[in-house]
Amino acid sequence: MKLTVSTAPHVHSHNSTRRIMLDVIIALLPAAGVGIYLFGYMAGLHVLIGMGAAVLVEYLWQKLTKQAVRVNDFSAALTGLLLALNMPVDAPLWVTAMGSVVAIILVKQLFGGIGGNFLNPALAARALLVASWPAHMTAFTAPTYFAATDAVSSATPLVTQYGYMELFMGRIPGTIGEVCKLAIIVGFLYLLIRGVITWHIPVLLLGTLAFCTWLFGGTDGAFTGDPLYAVLSGGAMFGAVFMATDYTTSPMTIKGEVIYAIGCGLLIALIREFGSYTEGVTYAILIMNIVTPLLDKYIGPNLYGEVKKRA
Amino acid sequence: MFCLPKSSFRGGVHPLHDIGGGKLPTRAEPIRAYSPDTVAIPMAMHLGAPAVPIVNKGDRVKIGQLIGEAQHPRSLAVHASVSGEVIAIEQRMQLGANPALCVVIRNDFADEWVDGLKGYGNVEEADPALIVPAIRDAGICGMGGATFPTHVKLTPPPGKQCNTVILNAAECETHMTCDHRLMLERPVKIIDGLRAAMRAVGAARGVIAIEDNKPDAAKRMSETARGRKGVEVAMLRTKYPQGSEKQIIKAVTNREVPSGGLPIDIGVIVINVATAAAIADAVIDGRPLISRITTVTGHVKVPSNLELPIGTVVQDAITACDGYSDAPAKIIMGGGMTGFCAHDDSISIAKGSGGIVVLNEREAALVDEAPCIRCARCVSTCPAGLNPYLIRRMCDRDDMDGAEQEHVMDCLLCGCCSYICPAHRFLTATFKITKERIAQSRRK
Repeated sequence: MKLTVSTAPHVHSHNSTRRIMLDVIIALLPAAGVGIYLFGYMAGLHVLIGMGAAVLVEYLWQKLTKQAVRVNDFSAALTGLLLALNMPVDAPLWVTAMGSVVAIILVKQLFGGIGGNFLNPALAARALLVASWPAHMTAFTAPTYFAATDAVSSATPLVTQYGYMELFMGRIPGTIGEVCKLAIIVGFLYLLIRGVITWHIPVLLLGTLAFCTWLFGGTDGAFTGDPLYAVLSGGAMFGAVFMATDYTTSPMTIKGEVIYAIGCGLLIALIREFGSYTEGVTYAILIMNIVTPLLDKYIGPNLYGEVKKRA
Repeated sequence: MFCLPKSSFRGGVHPLHDIGGGKLPTRAEPIRAYSPDTVAIPMAMHLGAPAVPIVNKGDRVKIGQLIGEAQHPRSLAVHASVSGEVIAIEQRMQLGANPALCVVIRNDFADEWVDGLKGYGNVEEADPALIVPAIRDAGICGMGGATFPTHVKLTPPPGKQCNTVILNAAECETHMTCDHRLMLERPVKIIDGLRAAMRAVGAARGVIAIEDNKPDAAKRMSETARGRKGVEVAMLRTKYPQGSEKQIIKAVTNREVPSGGLPIDIGVIVINVATAAAIADAVIDGRPLISRITTVTGHVKVPSNLELPIGTVVQDAITACDGYSDAPAKIIMGGGMTGFCAHDDSISIAKGSGGIVVLNEREAALVDEAPCIRCARCVSTCPAGLNPYLIRRMCDRDDMDGAEQEHVMDCLLCGCCSYICPAHRFLTATFKITKERIAQSRRK
């Protein structure tokens, strides 16, 4: 009789990295679908190029450095998808491909691969693209579906006023994935039901953003800002649900996540209202990514039996 | 008698029942006695120094006869579990890494009990001072799996007073239903044992703590506890590891045992259901611990709850279940979360063996580790409040001091982190080795 001898536990939850990544990709499908519907087939090409480049580059890197090839955990595909959904549809396709290369090689693999990066790969790549090709990255197009023929480049809704309904349904200029808030909320609910994320980061981030915008975002002094507009415009909701919740770059405890989310919300409001950029989601989350190791160092879980210990 | 509100502890998991149906195949299986042709009784079935054999090859022994003597205060007596002839006293491989001395007895099926066993008849009238010696002489250890000698547990150190005895009836481990069946079929014995333990330590309160997935057992215990002094039933939320000592104390008393301390530090003693039944036998009839109920499930033809003489080998227990139903690839002694793997089916059922789970090749397949993605599931499920991901990182660096500072010694080895980890990281296994290494260096 030949028996396996292994250590406990002998049962497993069937959680897997692959399943989690796949769940996030599924949660992004509504946003991607609406993006393609609104912006046309070019949006679909961005998604394909972004995902394809990310997977290919990760595969080649792992082959070249003689590591175990892990592209089948779908994490590279997810990074590529997230990046593509953060691109304006009129950006050249090579910029998206370049972003995927940066995200996978520079941000992820050079820091140890999956789980080792300290910045969100898609966001860091986007920040680098904005710095390198600002013209391509900030030319937002009104969705072709609604604009008559030639789409005209226009400012983001952070500059021009739109109605709440337009903001919610996505009939506004913006990146491919961020415009339709309804699709993002559908994805958020899917992630909650699947237990991939908890509500803490998205809700507290947007709540803080709304509060701070109301507090100092108005043109008529304090307490006159428009909190709903702040939440529905720009990349705030997309960032809150899909970017700030990245496992690797967010804190390990709920207490840490609360501080992290509030920090993100506060920074977005500050950058939007007082910074020179009209949009601050990318930088706010990246800054809080950097704060995450510090939060993890000082905020741990409560040890059983420690609080009530008496000498 | 009254029911406390359902309470629980921090963290934990709900293990899936996808391997062998979990508890489902055996929860309605009544306890069935089975006696094998031979038994191999290990001298070390408890935590502490092994007993020393006092019989010789060729001797005739009767049930309940002392065959292994405790020659150390923390050692424990061993008794013959069948009547018959001692055919060998030899080293046999058991669960540990080293072989253990076993007394092998051929069963003559005469079921003859040894003469002179004398109990106190009634747990309510027995002299409290005589209860602990009776338990010691009966060779009783914790039958929930920890196998700590019960008489040591029921002897609080000087200056410590026990006010509550918790009867651990959570049975949170996967697959096992032996405690559940015992509660349904022998509730009086269990409560007698609890009362004996309460009287031995002078505790006023006895709480029978049951997970809410066993409402029938809770009802039976409540009915039986009516009129018994200080005994109440508490319903606990069904969650693993509810039956872990510190977690059940938190759930029942809402107090935490100090880190590094023992339950008695906050005036609590926890005993298992099967242990309580064994205590009742010892106090009432003077009968030593010679059999136990073991759930045999997984890939066996008739999953069962068997009452087996101590020392029954696994093979015979499987035969009692009509044999394997699939080629066995892994045999777990205990439950799916904390059980130990048998190297083959020749090892013995010991005092702490509550379950045998047979897995087939597909279920026994090992999965490779992937890198940690910092998903934080290990942190949120850890009932001890540790940072498993961080401790693992320190263990990988061979940083024992760092692991100790991160409280690896508070790890319960419950397996929640490994169970939940999407990267299939060997967290619990690493912590087990680390704890042993640190304990070893402390002893030096």
